[in-house]
Amino acid sequence: MLTIDGVALSFEAGQTLMEAATAAGVYLPHLCHHPEFKPHGSCKLCTVKVNGRFASACTLPAAEGQEVLSETLELRQLRVRITQMLFVEGNHFCPSCEQSGDCKLQATAYALGMLDSHFPHFFPARRVDASHPDILLDLDRCILCELCVRASRDMDGKSVFGIAGRGMESHLVVDAESGALVDTVIEVSDRAVKICPVGAILIKRTAYEKPIGQRLYDHHPIQAVLLQADQGGGSCDQ
Amino acid sequence: MLCEIVDHHGGEATSLLQVLIDVQMRFRCVPAGVMTFLAEILHLPRTQIQAVVEFYSFLSVTSTGRFDVRFSDSVTDQLLGSRDLATRLCQRLGVKLGETRADDAVSVHLTSCTGLSDQGPAALVNGQVLTRLDGDRIVQMADFIDQEIDLDAWPKAWFRVEDQVQLEGLLLAEELPLGACLERAGTLDAVGIISEIDRSGLRGRGGAGFKTAVKWRFCYEGAEGTLPGDPSITRYVVCNADEGEPGTFKDRVLLSRNAHDVFEGMTVCARAIGALRGFLYLRGEYRYLLDTLLKVLEARRSRGLLGRNILGVEGFDFNIEIHLGAGAYICGEESALIESLEGKPGHPRNRPPYPVTHGYLGQPTVVNNVETFVAAARIMAFGADWFLSEGTAQSTGTKMLSVSGDCERPGIYEVPFGTPVSVVMHRCGADDPMGVQVGGPSGTFIGKAEFERILGFEDLSTGGSMMVFSQARDVVAIARGFTHFFAHESCGFCTPCRVGTSLLRQLIDKIAEGHGTPHDLVEMTQLAAIVKNASHCGLGQTAANPLMQTLERFPERYQERLKTTLFEPGFDLDGALEVSRQMTGRADANAHLTQVG
Ligand SMILES: Cc1cc2nc3c(=O)[nH]c(=O)nc-3n(C[C@H](O)[C@H](O)[C@H](O)COP(=O)(O)O)c2cc1C
Ligand code: SF4
Ligand code: SF4
Ligand code: FES
Repeated sequence: MLTIDGVALSFEAGQTLMEAATAAGVYLPHLCHHPEFKPHGSCKLCTVKVNGRFASACTLPAAEGQEVLSETLELRQLRVRITQMLFVEGNHFCPSCEQSGDCKLQATAYALGMLDSHFPHFFPARRVDASHPDILLDLDRCILCELCVRASRDMDGKSVFGIAGRGMESHLVVDAESGALVDTVIEVSDRAVKICPVGAILIKRTAYEKPIGQRLYDHHPIQAVLLQADQGGGSCDQ
Repeated sequence: MLCEIVDHHGGEATSLLQVLIDVQMRFRCVPAGVMTFLAEILHLPRTQIQAVVEFYSFLSVTSTGRFDVRFSDSVTDQLLGSRDLATRLCQRLGVKLGETRADDAVSVHLTSCTGLSDQGPAALVNGQVLTRLDGDRIVQMADFIDQEIDLDAWPKAWFRVEDQVQLEGLLLAEELPLGACLERAGTLDAVGIISEIDRSGLRGRGGAGFKTAVKWRFCYEGAEGTLPGDPSITRYVVCNADEGEPGTFKDRVLLSRNAHDVFEGMTVCARAIGALRGFLYLRGEYRYLLDTLLKVLEARRSRGLLGRNILGVEGFDFNIEIHLGAGAYICGEESALIESLEGKPGHPRNRPPYPVTHGYLGQPTVVNNVETFVAAARIMAFGADWFLSEGTAQSTGTKMLSVSGDCERPGIYEVPFGTPVSVVMHRCGADDPMGVQVGGPSGTFIGKAEFERILGFEDLSTGGSMMVFSQARDVVAIARGFTHFFAHESCGFCTPCRVGTSLLRQLIDKIAEGHGTPHDLVEMTQLAAIVKNASHCGLGQTAANPLMQTLERFPERYQERLKTTLFEPGFDLDGALEVSRQMTGRADANAHLTQVG
């Protein structure tokens, strides 16, 4: 047994805190975590306090007697700030983004009650790669969660994507000398194409099949959607 | 030629970084075509190769000059005028800082501390070390470069690196007879060696101070579900010679005057944990030591101190390889170092599991600092009691300090743990300093009032960097320099550090340049807490230390920079309008709001 915000829950050996929480119906905010992939631990949205120390719930093994704090003022504030960092680091123009309403970053921001971007925007110069006939890459929106990297490598067996650079220069690259997606072996049926939590990897000619206003997070808070999906009740990927 | 380089490094995927370092030396960049070629012959995703090339400062996609000059940009180099020298060199050569001249003859960069703070301003030219630069040398250097005079023909004195050992203690004073500690280790089993190290109380010298014996024991015991010391499990010993913390250079001195002791310590560890293979991870800045170190390894092999059946002891087999780094502070963090050894970008891993059970290639691995191995070797040879004769109960033995900055005698001081800072200040000839940065930017900044604090894990824990600052120095500028360092060196893996250190940099720039408001100080403090609490590794967790510690000790130095000296926690309306005023070019009374405090 362990407790999250005072509520006791049981867990199975080998589970991470995130997995234990999800199974027990407790939502812990997350972006780089996905139940089908090995924990990554980079976005830090899942930061909780375990026995007084900060930890990432998606990577920390659940253990007997852990006293976990999640919905405290301090942690909520911390998560809002981290989400705001993700917003100002890239270029997120939600009103004109094809993914608006289906975007996990946007939905998480709503869930956390984020009202502004707080920090000054960096307005980085990032690429759009429209070279591929079926797939569009808009790196303005990439939050470096590496889900596409993991999906392409571990599920598609291709390693089409990678993260290159260091610090704020970190950026998504594709497996081609030309740097263009069309020169990679990616296919529209690849898992990597559908895994992006934001609108950085899009399938062309499908963007407005569902009108804005009728999309997933337009009607369902991300807490409920992810709990259901992560518990194995269907996919919330694109 | 490429195949030659690949073969030379064994053709394994793990050798990627080593291969790329050589490619960079030959081609002055890693061309896109080479990346594609290497992907094929090393059976690696091309994305990984590009990731590595773009991660390390000393690798580049675009061509560097035939003379590639990198000025050490540590605060101590800056105090000695390094920025000005770099600018002057650029002017004389007609090249912009950070760029390559159109004719490809020269490129000039700034680089993080090169580990020569006691003899700066320092720089690297094509990987060779230049010390004690001054205006005259810069003028001559520019001529040499313009005339394309080979480095071999440059004055030898320019490349001289001195040890500058100012004070010898337990470790440095006593000569360790070659093989003495291995003879003893050869007669002991794992438990015997580990218990002797345990008795000595030795704790890691890299900064964190983890008990060395405990680390070795965990590695010997291996992962859960395996048998302690199971010989079928491959284990590794890694010596951390990344020494990236600005202001520290004691590992460089140990590697140049006590290399045998370092390798001896690694060999003792190998004996204890049952490792057959070890690595010395040598930071790229210390490449100039590589040939000498390789010769030392060769000498040890021919004397039976390395290789098979060491000193004739059946089954005592161990070999050491040297891997180079390529300009990335984060690779000093042990799990990032292991990633780098595996030929990847230096992203710290998730822990648990820890390297002691899941390290290099997922196998149990000990990572220790250079000085830790030197101490371990001597403890083996002279016994735990010898080591226990100095230091305090919690911090046994001595510590090597790298002293630099505003003092008469910079260099290496080996002092017993428990020594107050004031004693070191007196020794090095620092007269009435304003403050000392203990343990580098990630350590602790202390002001004059705290000079009686002691060096040791119970108080001022330190990897050994001690930067002294005189009363004339600007504490805000110092903290700003350190903040820039962290933003530059953040590996980019996790959000709070990747974005947060850049946000902190923006804030301190704004304040230092006189555009800050009281609100910015509040903002900085809140942001600092988030970067510290949510970051993935020690880099992010300590990146805000310089700002917070100097703000705490010298609040007036910050406040006097602010637009209004009135300090009011909370939102400052007038201050917040400053940006708008600047943008609209207004300074009239109507562009201000008076806040009733
Ligand atoms: C950002 C960062 C940089 C580090 N750099 C170094 C280094 O250059 N040298 C070093 O020995 N330890 C460094 N460390 C500490 C290592 O992670 C590790 O604790 C140490 O090598 C263990 O050796 P020890 O127990 O002998 O001190 C660094 C840690 C962090 C978080
Ligand atoms: S493209 Fe999407 S999935 Fe890939 S790293 Fe960026 S945000 Fe994550
Ligand atoms: S704290 Fe900084 S250096 Fe450490 S993993 Fe995060 S981004 Fe990388
Ligand atoms: S969800 Fe845990 S770090 Fe991203």
